[in-house]
Amino acid sequence: MQEFAVILVSSILINNYVLVQFLGLCPFMGVSNKLESAIGMAAATTFVLTLTAMASYVVNALVLEPLGLIYLRTIAFILVIAAVVQFTKMFIEKTSPLLYRVLGVFLPLITTNCAVLGVALQNTSKDLNFAQSSLYGFGAGAGFSLVLIFFSAMRERLAAADVPVSFRGAAIAMITAGLMSLAFMGFSGLV
Amino acid sequence: MIELISQNPILAALAALVGLAIVFGALLGFAAEKFKVEGDPIVEQIDELLPQTQCGQCGFPGCRPYAESIANGDEINKCPPGGQSTINAIASLLDVPAPELDAEHGEESDVKTVAYIREDECIGCTKCIQACPVDAIMGAAKFMHTVITDECTGCDLCVEPCPVDCIDMLPVVETIADWRWSIPPKPGLIATDKRGELANQPVEEDAA
Repeated sequence: MQEFAVILVSSILINNYVLVQFLGLCPFMGVSNKLESAIGMAAATTFVLTLTAMASYVVNALVLEPLGLIYLRTIAFILVIAAVVQFTKMFIEKTSPLLYRVLGVFLPLITTNCAVLGVALQNTSKDLNFAQSSLYGFGAGAGFSLVLIFFSAMRERLAAADVPVSFRGAAIAMITAGLMSLAFMGFSGLV
Repeated sequence: MIELISQNPILAALAALVGLAIVFGALLGFAAEKFKVEGDPIVEQIDELLPQTQCGQCGFPGCRPYAESIANGDEINKCPPGGQSTINAIASLLDVPAPELDAEHGEESDVKTVAYIREDECIGCTKCIQACPVDAIMGAAKFMHTVITDECTGCDLCVEPCPVDCIDMLPVVETIADWRWSIPPKPGLIATDKRGELANQPVEEDAA
């Protein structure tokens, strides 16, 4: 039980994919303009991350390792991710057409979100078992959701704030992200 | 077969990847069948918000074609019969800022009207029948025409083609049967954490 808690805390806070490992920055900047679309993106990415962690574990343990094809991990995992994202896209299009419309091109772009491939590859290099790697994938998604939602909430406030002209738009967003990243570095050494 | 694959690493790699691709392809094919979307649900939702007068003032042949056009990114302020309330409803559905009504397509009238044909002046030319988008005008060539008031949406399209100008747009008279409470006014802005213009805005007393 304690081991699972450690995995969760580690993947959400200490090794946060966005702010500590700097993976998956594209949706972090791209979909954080509005809180509502950020929440939708966070949910979709968490779903993809968890599913990918599970599927990539299965592929790795049942196909790649018995056949001695560990060198094919990257390409096999990309195949897994593409399939999972496509599935998520169909699922969202059916269940929530509005969210599908709001997310637009960022939904298929989860495929190229390097946090997803990062989770799959780190799971295998850390030799986690099935339960651990699914939890690690979920934790990575939860951490991504946490910072994405925080960041979009801040950007909504920044939109109304009196920002100096030269810092408006992307510049102040980058500075905010940097400060958030500094704050998250403070979690290192927590476990 | 298995022996051949295990002895030949390139064959093994090919077989593994092709096998994975086939499995995922089959799963996705199954999912595509299961999560099939009939039509475009967004168009349905926009179409429900439009007033269904089918008047064509937006430049489209009816409300549904306009809804399809909005779903493909057209402006949402082309519907005079719906007025500002329809624009606001569509804007909140699509999560975009609500623009003012586009004056190019007509103005929003405060009173609901219905067409009335002064029957002794009607020459039976059928031009208004052809113009009516909802088939609310009855009559035949060289016979008197008249308007089915329950069907008329008050779109004004029949007024222009009439050669003898015998069509009037009369305001709908409220009767006991169709009288309703007017919607109470919404309270204005109570508190805000935003600086600048918004904070200094006076509370609107008569916002409907």
